[in-house]
Amino acid sequence: MSGDDAIPEFSKTKAGEGHDVSLTNLSAFASGPGIRSGAEVAAIIAVAVVIIGGIELALRLFNVPHYIMPGPSAIAYALYDEFPLIAPHLGYTLVELVSGFSIGAIIGLVMAAVITQFPFAEKIVAPYILLLVTTPMLALVPLLILRFGFGYTPRIIAVALAAGPMVMINAATGFRRVDSAKIALARSYGASTLQIFWKIRAPMALPMILVGLMIGAIFGLLTAVGAEMVGGGFGLGNRLTTYSSMIQMPQFFAVVLILSTLGILIYVLFFLIGKRWASWEA
Amino acid sequence: MNAGSAKTPKLGVRDATKIYHTASGDLLALDRCSLDVHANEIVSIVGPSGCGKTTLLWSMSGLHRLTSGAIRLDGKEITGPHPDIGIVFQEANLLPWRNLDANIHFPFEIKGEKPDRAWIAHLIHRVGLDGFGGKFPRELSGGMQQRAAIVRALALKPSVLLMDEPFGALDSFTREEMNRLVEEIWLDTKTTIVFITHSIEEAIFLSDRVVVLSARPGRVAKEYRVPFPRPRSLEIMATKEVFDLTNTIKMDIVGERVRPKARERVTAEIVRIRP
Repeated sequence: MSGDDAIPEFSKTKAGEGHDVSLTNLSAFASGPGIRSGAEVAAIIAVAVVIIGGIELALRLFNVPHYIMPGPSAIAYALYDEFPLIAPHLGYTLVELVSGFSIGAIIGLVMAAVITQFPFAEKIVAPYILLLVTTPMLALVPLLILRFGFGYTPRIIAVALAAGPMVMINAATGFRRVDSAKIALARSYGASTLQIFWKIRAPMALPMILVGLMIGAIFGLLTAVGAEMVGGGFGLGNRLTTYSSMIQMPQFFAVVLILSTLGILIYVLFFLIGKRWASWEA
Repeated sequence: MNAGSAKTPKLGVRDATKIYHTASGDLLALDRCSLDVHANEIVSIVGPSGCGKTTLLWSMSGLHRLTSGAIRLDGKEITGPHPDIGIVFQEANLLPWRNLDANIHFPFEIKGEKPDRAWIAHLIHRVGLDGFGGKFPRELSGGMQQRAAIVRALALKPSVLLMDEPFGALDSFTREEMNRLVEEIWLDTKTTIVFITHSIEEAIFLSDRVVVLSARPGRVAKEYRVPFPRPRSLEIMATKEVFDLTNTIKMDIVGERVRPKARERVTAEIVRIRP
């Protein structure tokens, strides 16, 4: 159990750094969480034990009450104890994330592919895309709830709206990387526009598409949890508001831990896909 | 120059003119450029930077259209990419997400044809890439990448091979090695080759004829026969005849670029260093 604790605690700082720096560029695929030697593993575990143990010790030493900040052991126990109750909510959140992300990603990819074929149309559409990317879609959730009620629908729409533009803007960057020599190569064999797209443009854009999908999925997760906190009686976000209103802090942090793990899994998933299919870039 | 010839040239360029329409105005890249390339011949095109060498080659390959004039392959005008014309691009232009085998099969994929495995295996062996099929371009040296690009270009058995400064990015030893390889392949296949280069030595080593283009707009300024027997050994390449030809061509190119005064100075220098 302590091993399970160690990974998220340690990765929290890493993930925070990743959002801003390495997730948005391709080095994410080159320098990911790759563990090499036994000494490295030992060092990582040792540091985690010191940090987690230190927090536990400090909280006990200063008699910090559970409702202010529960210790790692209390959080671990809450995770173990409450998991059967939290698990269905994890399922709801995953449904929202996966369906909303899929819809947003597909629309984003298709739009990126189409728009980059027409530079003039791209110029016209660009400001709106920027608006979609920069507006926190969470802001629309109260409106969506008003229109669609408290079910899955407003949340899935919000996730799609958050993920889609992220996927689109990155994929468009990828599709725009025209290498005229490679396109000339394909054309010299009589390639059609469609063949040029699938055999040259798409593989060339793939690394950027994967970055877009990763960022889109993580923004989707944020938006799903946020939307759940705004309204509706289910999902991990709803658990957060519920537990905090009941001052059940160990349970609250157990949910936070699950969310961190989800974020890391998204990162690892796309890291592995990138390593398999887009490592030629690095 | 060979206009009176009764034989139809393999590749006949007639008054090729190309104007690029750019944001900063029209650019005349080729101006009524005419030349013939005969079957089984190696012709090099040299000229100062930006003289339209690559424009001419792209026009020959059908990758872009001429503004006026015509290029004919076996007497038929080229209007688009032609299966009988293979191209070796500057640098290797391999697709980095494909391994060598997949890169070499790329033309067949586009054409929807079955690759001729025996022929490809022969070519791979010829250029010395046996056992590298699973490697990705980034795992190979520039010379090896260009070998793979040559295999890719020859895989469809073109009757004309256009080479656009293929070895410009290689070090001089690798370059000489690649030149010998091209000669060997030519002795093997007798494919008609049009070779664009910055290097006069390379042009003389490889060619039956060297065509000098003028500075922009590109016209055919001069044309030289290279009469030396093949295979061209290092001894032949070190003779006075080769040296003189090199200097004459160099003068043509330099003369296009510098003022008469400077030209005299260069001439004097060349005379002084002559053996």
